Amino acid sequence: MEHIRTPKVEQVRLLERFSNKSTSGTLHLTATHLIFVESNNAATTAAQEIWILHHHIASVEKLSLTTSGCPLVIQCRNFRVVHFVVQRERDCHDIYSSLLRLLRPVSYDELYAFSYNPKQNEQQREEGWQLIDLGAEFERMGVPCDRWQLTDVNRDYKICETYPRDLYVPITASKPIIVGSSKFRSKGRFPVLTYFYQEKKAAVCRCSQPLSGFSARCLEDESMLQAISKANHNSRFVYVMDTRPKLNAMANRAAGKGYENEDNYSNIRFQFVGIENIHVMRTSLQKLLEVVGSRFLSVNDYLLGLESCGWLRHVKAVVDAAIFLTKAVTVEGASVLVHCSDGWDRTAQVCSLGALLMDPYYRTIKGFMVLIEKDWISFGHKFADRCDQLDGDPKEVSPVFTQFLECVWQLTEQFPQAFEFSEWLLLQIHEHVHSCQYGNFLANNQRQREELQLGDRTHSLWAFLLREQQNYLNPAYCPTYADTHPVLEPSTLPCHFKFWRNMYHQFDRSMHPRQSVLKNVLTLKESNCKLEDTIKDLEARLQKHGISPPTPDPQASPRDQRILPTRPHSLILEAPLSRKEAQRQQEEEEEEVGEEVTECCSDTERTVEGSSGTERKESYSDLQGTYGAKAEPAVVSLEFGVARMTC
Amino acid sequence: MEFAELIKTPRVDGVVLRRPFLPTVEGTLCLTGHHLILSSRQDNTEELWLLHANIDAIEKRFVGSLGTIIVKCKDLRVIQLDIPGMEECLNIASSIEVLSTLDSVSLMYPLFYRPMFQVIEDGWKSFLPEDAFKDLESMTEEWRLSDVNKDYSVCSSYPPLVAVPKDVDDDTLRKAAAFRHGGRFPVLSYYHKKNGMVMMRSGQPLTGTNGRRCKEDEKLINATLRAGKRGYIIDTRTVSVAQQAKARGGGFESEANYPQWRRIHKAIERSSILQESLIKLVEACNDQSHSMDRWLSKLEASNWQTHVKEILTTACLAAQCIDREGASVLVHGTEGTDSTLQVTSLAQIILDPACRTIQGFQALVEREWLQAGHPFQQRCSQSAYSNSKPRCEAPVFLLFLDCVWQILRQFPCSFQFSQHFLVLLFEHTYASQFGTFMGNSASERSKLNLSQKTVSLWSWVNRPQEVERLSNPLYEANCLVIWPSVAPQSLLLWEGVFLRWKRSSRCLDEAYDEMVHIIQYNKELQNKVNNLRRQLGAGEQED
Repeated sequence: MEHIRTPKVEQVRLLERFSNKSTSGTLHLTATHLIFVESNNAATTAAQEIWILHHHIASVEKLSLTTSGCPLVIQCRNFRVVHFVVQRERDCHDIYSSLLRLLRPVSYDELYAFSYNPKQNEQQREEGWQLIDLGAEFERMGVPCDRWQLTDVNRDYKICETYPRDLYVPITASKPIIVGSSKFRSKGRFPVLTYFYQEKKAAVCRCSQPLSGFSARCLEDESMLQAISKANHNSRFVYVMDTRPKLNAMANRAAGKGYENEDNYSNIRFQFVGIENIHVMRTSLQKLLEVVGSRFLSVNDYLLGLESCGWLRHVKAVVDAAIFLTKAVTVEGASVLVHCSDGWDRTAQVCSLGALLMDPYYRTIKGFMVLIEKDWISFGHKFADRCDQLDGDPKEVSPVFTQFLECVWQLTEQFPQAFEFSEWLLLQIHEHVHSCQYGNFLANNQRQREELQLGDRTHSLWAFLLREQQNYLNPAYCPTYADTHPVLEPSTLPCHFKFWRNMYHQFDRSMHPRQSVLKNVLTLKESNCKLEDTIKDLEARLQKHGISPPTPDPQASPRDQRILPTRPHSLILEAPLSRKEAQRQQEEEEEEVGEEVTECCSDTERTVEGSSGTERKESYSDLQGTYGAKAEPAVVSLEFGVARMTC
Repeated sequence: MEFAELIKTPRVDGVVLRRPFLPTVEGTLCLTGHHLILSSRQDNTEELWLLHANIDAIEKRFVGSLGTIIVKCKDLRVIQLDIPGMEECLNIASSIEVLSTLDSVSLMYPLFYRPMFQVIEDGWKSFLPEDAFKDLESMTEEWRLSDVNKDYSVCSSYPPLVAVPKDVDDDTLRKAAAFRHGGRFPVLSYYHKKNGMVMMRSGQPLTGTNGRRCKEDEKLINATLRAGKRGYIIDTRTVSVAQQAKARGGGFESEANYPQWRRIHKAIERSSILQESLIKLVEACNDQSHSMDRWLSKLEASNWQTHVKEILTTACLAAQCIDREGASVLVHGTEGTDSTLQVTSLAQIILDPACRTIQGFQALVEREWLQAGHPFQQRCSQSAYSNSKPRCEAPVFLLFLDCVWQILRQFPCSFQFSQHFLVLLFEHTYASQFGTFMGNSASERSKLNLSQKTVSLWSWVNRPQEVERLSNPLYEANCLVIWPSVAPQSLLLWEGVFLRWKRSSRCLDEAYDEMVHIIQYNKELQNKVNNLRRQLGAGEQED
């Protein structure tokens, strides 16, 4: 609290990002949030509120003073951009300097996860952390087995401090081989199993680059790869996928690192894949955001910007690599070893995406959590550095995980029936990777997490998401799809890769469809379950009266008698920012048209005619008493969730 | 001329049909006067029936004695036929070439087609101007239906009956027509019930370089203004294009002569540029290259999405003037048969919920495109693959459909029809068994006596089973004005048309079916609950 000089500033204007409209209200600064509350000019409606978690703020900028006040632009990691105009320069400066300090926590203890308290008892909290069990996951894959075993070499993080304690290696890989191999690998990240394709007994392994320099070799490392190869009888060789562009890998040789020399390893097929490094990805996304953030964007500038920023090209490169991996494993039955430089960015992307293509389990909600827990959290993707959790080196920040989520989204677009979850789950995970509200993604690896005692001091995101999982369901999901399509074969034609508007413009409501098919169908599906229960209940009561239930007759009642269930407010997309917003949304599905067309439009308040809310009421049938009165499903919007829990 | 003369080889056996994402079919290829037919002559297998009129271009290739014909269709599909025998292949190819480019209207398929279905309601009579006017009469008395054009002498591209301000007599209309391009004097396009504002459309005024004026024209359009109110003229051309038009006798309304009107210029491209854009877009979509940069730069170079944005923006502007500003609007470009109609019809989709129903959309197409004299035959005689030099071809109507699809995507519950309806209209404007889109104007259609000699597309569409197929399961009547977003990030490539043949649509179709199933199941359950409740209520009363 000592950093907050001005906890409250009145008469602040919030400028809309893509139009000339603005709202005025009060800005509050708390220990955890920056809150904007719209002034309540109309008594009938509640004020719009925007809650921004300090951890979500990526940058604060104070622009030069204008006649109307001092502009303050805040960019968030969840791609929200807010533009305030504060009347007095001094207030603006106070907020600005407080935020600068608040958004750069210097120690983990300052992170929100340690103060966040969702009113759970200790037992629930502990159970939350036990939801995902990686040991059980390897068992599900069929490991340990006659060829792969659990090794305890890293029990005390002595061999590799960025790996988890439990690692799976070929049975024939002895401890000296492991130790030798780990010494020949960058950061000690030696080849270990990450996914086992039971059907062909083929393995996906991961590691970091070898310290080969121009000519160095290591017999233990060669034996290690030999052991991986021997553990698979389908193929005489192991694919080694270096996910870097060849040039980068070659440049690494000068620093004593590099890539495997096919001549030294008797049975490998070496392949470069050409995914760019974290710095390229960071710049690329920055450029993308600049392009789509500009006002009065023309279609041509938009498309040229998409092209020149290269983001979709990079996304496609990651998907291409995952497809290569999948084909090698599922079609050829070969084992694959994947690495990049340190084996925690591109390697994590390719391994997890490949597993998602190969194994329908990872396309379920729980399975997807397991996948992230395994390939990202446990294997040491440096979330703290990449997501800038503490004030650190800006060069370490990179949207690698965001990119992975986007790859998954691109797949869900191609295979709308294959995933149990909808994009809301991806967006929610993305939100919380940056929120530091839950312990899961804090710090850089398991060892650090244990030191921070996150299991005792914070809550697990997975428990929260699983509790709310009905909100993340994909209504078109077809569980039997996995039987007919166990392995997904996405198209890699560029026209199938699209700009993910709902991620990068999540908070720019004017750009979204005004009505959501996903939301509608999800609501109907939920209502179907309730109706089924009601039918059972009614049938039971009828039987009590000695009347046998009627035979179903779909024509029995006219169409206009249908009951329209109340819709839950969505989570992220079209998220009502407050009750006022929600009400407004319901009342009018009108919205201002884009920039140019407003030239002849005065800023007069528009009148709402024929509110759809009242209309809907008329179409409710006699059932309304039961259903209309029932409380809406407790769906909590992001801001809402945060708001409730802190207030 | 007999078709038989054009068909040298009517039948070839052992032809293999290859289509992307579909199994190959081997069978017999037959050519008839209007169709290319391929049948495996086994039960339960799909037959290919392709209208020659749907063929945009063909390519021949030979490997030894095996010939291959690649058939590129106006609906953007590309199929491959492997034909054994060099001579057969050449004969087939030359027959297709001739049959697909027949110019004579009297040989067109709709004149030969006999419906295999029962016509319940004759589509030729479904949307008569008299009926539309009755609706208008119920709302206002300020307009009348004029038959000044009954013999098409005042304006050859207008229908015999047009709605004009009540206070303006036919003589004034004749004089105003002489001052407007193609005789297209300002007529009523849309009446906004909410505030009584109107949208009119016309051709450009023929002011020429010396600024000619026409009192009758001024009187005509001023008659639509309420006292003390101003109106907007939306010129779909840029200022410089409109200026240049003066040199050719055209022009725009000057402030001096039309003081009560404010003119706004927008930039919707002319037809030849749109055709080029379509060709480039389809080429980009068919590119098999895996390079993302190449795809994006080709997509950008096609400018298609830019046209979509421009048209939508202009339509939104027109709608905004009417609904928000409470002003009347006159829309025109040069001829008033292309960009003008895109704007007036889209503005109605935005403003008028009736246009978002299946019937209402047909009425809109009938009123704002067919009756309004969009030259369908000229615009749609070639599509994106044709090698011959384009004359008047342009995807003006396709762009309109694309814009409707964009709005449909943004308001997926506000339209009674699904995108299938839009795709169907796209197909039938380019090749059809129905007479609806034949000819270039009402006068041409009446001269050909199409309503007697052909079947209307609407007769087919309005059968219950077809209505069901084209319906949007999520539809809930929404009486509001719907304002689409025109930001580039909100506009999407219409995959249902442009990538339709480039991907396996099975996944997407199945997901759609699943959604339909959920919605239908919901209705069934609700009915069941209602019935049970009623029964229970009755039972409890007895007790």
